[in-house]
Amino acid sequence: MLDIKVNQVLDCKGLACPMPIVKTKKAMDQLESGQVIEVQATDKGSLADIQGWARNTGHQYLGTVEEGDLLKHYLRKSSPNEVKEEKKHPLTASNDELLKRLQAAENITILDVRESAEYSFNRIPGAVSIPLGELEDRLGELKPEDELYVVCRTGARSDLACQLLASKGFKQVKNVIPGMSEWTGPTEKL
Amino acid sequence: MTDTTIKKMTAKELTRMVLDKQDLFILDVRNETDFNDWKIEGDSIEIINIPYFELLEGVDDILPRIPVGKKILVVCAKEGSSKFVAEQLAEAGRGDVFYLEGGMKSWSEYLEPVKIGDLKDGGELYQFVRIGKGCLSYMAVSNGEAAVVDALRMTDVFEQFAKEKGAVIKHTLDTHLHADHISGGRKLAETTGATYWLPPKDAEEVTFGYEKLEEGRDITVGNTTIRIQPVYSPGHTIGSTSFIIDDQYLLTGDILFIESIGRPDLAGQAEDWVSDLRETLYNRYKSLSENLLVLPAHFGKITELGEGGRVMAKLSDLYLSNPGLNIAEETEFRRTVTENLPPQPNAYQQIRQTNMGKINPSEDEQRDMEIGPNRCAVHDK
Repeated sequence: MLDIKVNQVLDCKGLACPMPIVKTKKAMDQLESGQVIEVQATDKGSLADIQGWARNTGHQYLGTVEEGDLLKHYLRKSSPNEVKEEKKHPLTASNDELLKRLQAAENITILDVRESAEYSFNRIPGAVSIPLGELEDRLGELKPEDELYVVCRTGARSDLACQLLASKGFKQVKNVIPGMSEWTGPTEKL
Repeated sequence: MTDTTIKKMTAKELTRMVLDKQDLFILDVRNETDFNDWKIEGDSIEIINIPYFELLEGVDDILPRIPVGKKILVVCAKEGSSKFVAEQLAEAGRGDVFYLEGGMKSWSEYLEPVKIGDLKDGGELYQFVRIGKGCLSYMAVSNGEAAVVDALRMTDVFEQFAKEKGAVIKHTLDTHLHADHISGGRKLAETTGATYWLPPKDAEEVTFGYEKLEEGRDITVGNTTIRIQPVYSPGHTIGSTSFIIDDQYLLTGDILFIESIGRPDLAGQAEDWVSDLRETLYNRYKSLSENLLVLPAHFGKITELGEGGRVMAKLSDLYLSNPGLNIAEETEFRRTVTENLPPQPNAYQQIRQTNMGKINPSEDEQRDMEIGPNRCAVHDK
């Protein structure tokens, strides 16, 4: 299994509802946008409740790993500017276009710039994972001549990644819009 | 500080309120999925759902939705979140705020005993209404002996009740291998030294000893008195067996309910068992005395509860009113009982395995497996 990188681990073991959610909310208030929290709970009811809470608050529920009686819930604090319009990378591709090229088994590289925890729970098979924050340091893992399709959840982080790649001399870089949030093609996890 | 201003309500007290049709406003603070799956119902109950995790910042926003001057009951899965919300309501100045002790778990497990009637030879027949889950058990008492039909997992309730009646439980019987709840028949037989009876065709895979329920093998309770006559009535399961008690009562198990009929698909063989089900309902039962009082193992809707909570009806009345007994066309019948069925009961496969003795879950696991409605009837949508 992949190692899931998180910014904070919150211990809610042995606590009954409502405490796991009360503590998660407090911890989430302290996090920066985009950071990921791992909530460790033993209350089985916390699974449905944390999903419901995330849906209502707009935070992103990534997934849950069960280890015996322990439930590890992963959540990412949403950032308001993920949906904000700014300067855009000019080359874009729709989800459909990417799916067609995948199905045709063409020689393309899919770069997934979401956090590793997001990538762990839901990704396009074969996608390479380099979170946006690490991209600049890890450019060496990519070939400038490759045809790159860059994905994130909504197209916002991947847009920033495309702009960075273009400035570093990558020629064939396309931002996939919207990305994983509406991806209907094949996926894999963990 | 705030603990003094909120009061607890037990499942027993809540049952009384439902049966007596007392006004009550319920705020259910579980998540929406659990609420939509299964909730407290009653003619006099007004209920809304607002998950507790939407109320972490306080209850001010929802105060306009909470009526003033009515009893308020806050309900959650176990208890913790309902207290959390009830305290906030009390702090906001609402009086008469209760929380449900033990939450939906205790609601699911509470049994209300109601008397069905006297038996000819001095005995009595009782029905146990598991109001939160829609399960029904029976106890026939006569001359210091008792038999329990379709006992539920909360076996101490039956032991205690028999003790109060001065009776020793001699027999426990299951009409069929249950798929929606864990049978208490075997456990009750073990603790009381009673004999456990099962239909052999449902018991082919069980891992324990039992007596075979077969036509002609009448069971006697008390010295001379009640005769429990098994009637083979397949359809919900291949072994399903009904009982005629005292020539007055027909215990139909999950074959025939008050407002619906049993579903044939829970053991995975809907297509094969449709004709058995039709034969039982449209021929076998029809040949019985139409004055028999039908006592099923389930109810699906609160409207099926009669006076004092009793669930019963005359067989002849059901032939007039029950939609499942009034489908003339065989193809139409087949469609009704095999297509568009309600979702299957929670964990029904594991429950069957448990009732066969193949797995032995802990008390907590058993409780979790049984959460939710029973959904054994064709019309439980």
